Amino acid sequence: MSEQLPDAGPPAEVLELAGVTVRAGGRVIFSDVSLRVRPGEFVAVLGPNGVGKSTLLKAVLGLLPIADGRIRVLGAEPGRHNSRIGYLPQRRAFDPATRIRGVDVVRMGWDGDRWGVALPGRLGGRAGRQARDRVHEVIALVGAEGYATRPIGQLSGGEQQRLLIAQALIRRPDLLVLDEPLDSLDVTNQAAVSALVQTVCRSHGVAVLLVAHDVNPILPYLDQVIYLAHGGAVMGPPEQVITSDTLSMLYGTAVDVLRDRTGRLVVVGQPDSHAEHRS
Amino acid sequence: MSGFSIGGLDLVGDVEHLLSYHFMLNALRAGTIVAVLAGAIGYFMVLRRQSFAGHTLAVIGFPGAAGATWLGLSASLGYYGFCLAGALAIAALPAAGRLTAGLGGYGDESAVIGTVQAFALACGFLFVSLYKGFLSGLTGLLFGSITGVSDGQVLALLVAGAGCLLALLALGRPLLFSSIDSDVARARGVPVRLVGTAFLLVLAVAAAGASQITGSLLVFALLVTPAATASRLTARPLPGLLLSVLIAVAVTWLGEGIAFYSPYPIGFWVTTLAFSSFLLATGYRHGIDRLGRRRPATPRGERRGEVAA
Ligand SMILES: Nc1ncnc2c1ncn2[C@@H]1O[C@H](COP(=O)(O)OP(=O)(O)OP(=O)(O)O)[C@@H](O)[C@H]1O
Ligand SMILES: [Mg+2]
Repeated sequence: MSEQLPDAGPPAEVLELAGVTVRAGGRVIFSDVSLRVRPGEFVAVLGPNGVGKSTLLKAVLGLLPIADGRIRVLGAEPGRHNSRIGYLPQRRAFDPATRIRGVDVVRMGWDGDRWGVALPGRLGGRAGRQARDRVHEVIALVGAEGYATRPIGQLSGGEQQRLLIAQALIRRPDLLVLDEPLDSLDVTNQAAVSALVQTVCRSHGVAVLLVAHDVNPILPYLDQVIYLAHGGAVMGPPEQVITSDTLSMLYGTAVDVLRDRTGRLVVVGQPDSHAEHRS
Repeated sequence: MSGFSIGGLDLVGDVEHLLSYHFMLNALRAGTIVAVLAGAIGYFMVLRRQSFAGHTLAVIGFPGAAGATWLGLSASLGYYGFCLAGALAIAALPAAGRLTAGLGGYGDESAVIGTVQAFALACGFLFVSLYKGFLSGLTGLLFGSITGVSDGQVLALLVAGAGCLLALLALGRPLLFSSIDSDVARARGVPVRLVGTAFLLVLAVAAAGASQITGSLLVFALLVTPAATASRLTARPLPGLLLSVLIAVAVTWLGEGIAFYSPYPIGFWVTTLAFSSFLLATGYRHGIDRLGRRRPATPRGERRGEVAA
């Protein structure tokens, strides 16, 4: 269980993209995207549907080849250190008929990638006990004790999401890659999950790269945002990037960023990706 | 019909009587191997929602065997050849390895598999009618002739079965991981596609080996029913798997014992017992779930109210 390699001191950059272009299905999804995430930073990836946010995360995980540019993840090529990355894909919910308990799903994050089977109970010895302790620890961290032993298919979307975040956290990753973790949650749970990710980020020093549709629940916690467009991307602190001027320039059309009395940001006039394809 | 219904003192004598026949001993040996195999593999098959693929692999041996017999080759060759080819074909379907496979299982490949299965069965009947003298063997192909198993067949089955179980043991955790959540498994470095193909090959070997003895239909009943029953009784992976094996072995032994003293075929008894256990488990599950729902003011109930408000 050496999740912390002895020679792996904290790298200067957890994640670094320089001029990255990704092609899929014969067309360019996005081009010339540059991005840096330092240890313990909370970074949001924003942009309209279909602009390539999920694709960007897959490229970071080494699941997709890049056509141009350079990606370094934890100081190596993408895909080399994926056991030190906690990943939550964009998804629908588990099928209601899935009869596997939440704890079992969380446990898969610990040693689900090892060949063979784990010995049950006491037969597992010290390693088995260590694994079980860690499972309980992360389940408590995400506040899922009340329903972790129920079949995951029967849980609500928010409960499933918390258990999957626990699964992503179980190996004490250096980088969390979360694809729309707030999707399908109600406002209360959006705030709670956002705060949870923030806690993990700050108190455990885990860098977070999070795709969001609505920036508001995470806005107070963000160090950086990256806004994607088909032409490229802009990155910077939220107050500099989420402005009418910057977004109008990025999308080449008039975009307004409005702020309501509670401080919520509303982006108006942002093109959806189809409108952009036609132009 | 008299022996098994009396129970008590007579039961021991009946079992001893039954075991004194060598053909019954071999039937029990073969049945046990098939049951252990089917119970274990079936657990993953049900979890992966590949029952339809499993059904196809179980029946696809029939046209293979019929074709091989017609060509004058060994039926065994036909069984293994068709099952393995079928497994590779299913594994090659784009849906089985697509990058964003559904959570908790697979599903969209069924139309293609169904098409292939129907065609394969049609070919089987063609081969049977081409090879005129074969017709008496047709029921054997579908329903098996477990009472005519030779020592050599038991040994061959044991070798194939041990190989399958070892492979399943080695695949273990990555197989479970990629069955439940293929996206995350792939990101964590599990060769999801390879694991899926390996599983289908294990399923094919088990189906081919077993259906030569018990017939295609009984193999499928043992693959799907005990696993579905077990998954209704527990949501824990290892106990679920062991329970599935236990149920498969129990219904096989009971079915063979009953069949020995009754005029009806083994396949019928085993399937009926398995189906009964499935009905019982489903009823039990419904009862438990309903009890859980009626319990007032659980934390979950409160959260639900909040969402609705
Ligand atoms: N394997 C693929 N082959 C061809 N095109 C693809 C492939 N994967 C994604 N795309 C296309 O790439 C574009 C970006 O997809 P992606 O899923 O990254 O968008 P997204 O920004 O995450 O959108 P959303 O907000 O809806 O999740 C889409 O137009 C999609 O159709
Ligand atoms: Mg996406």
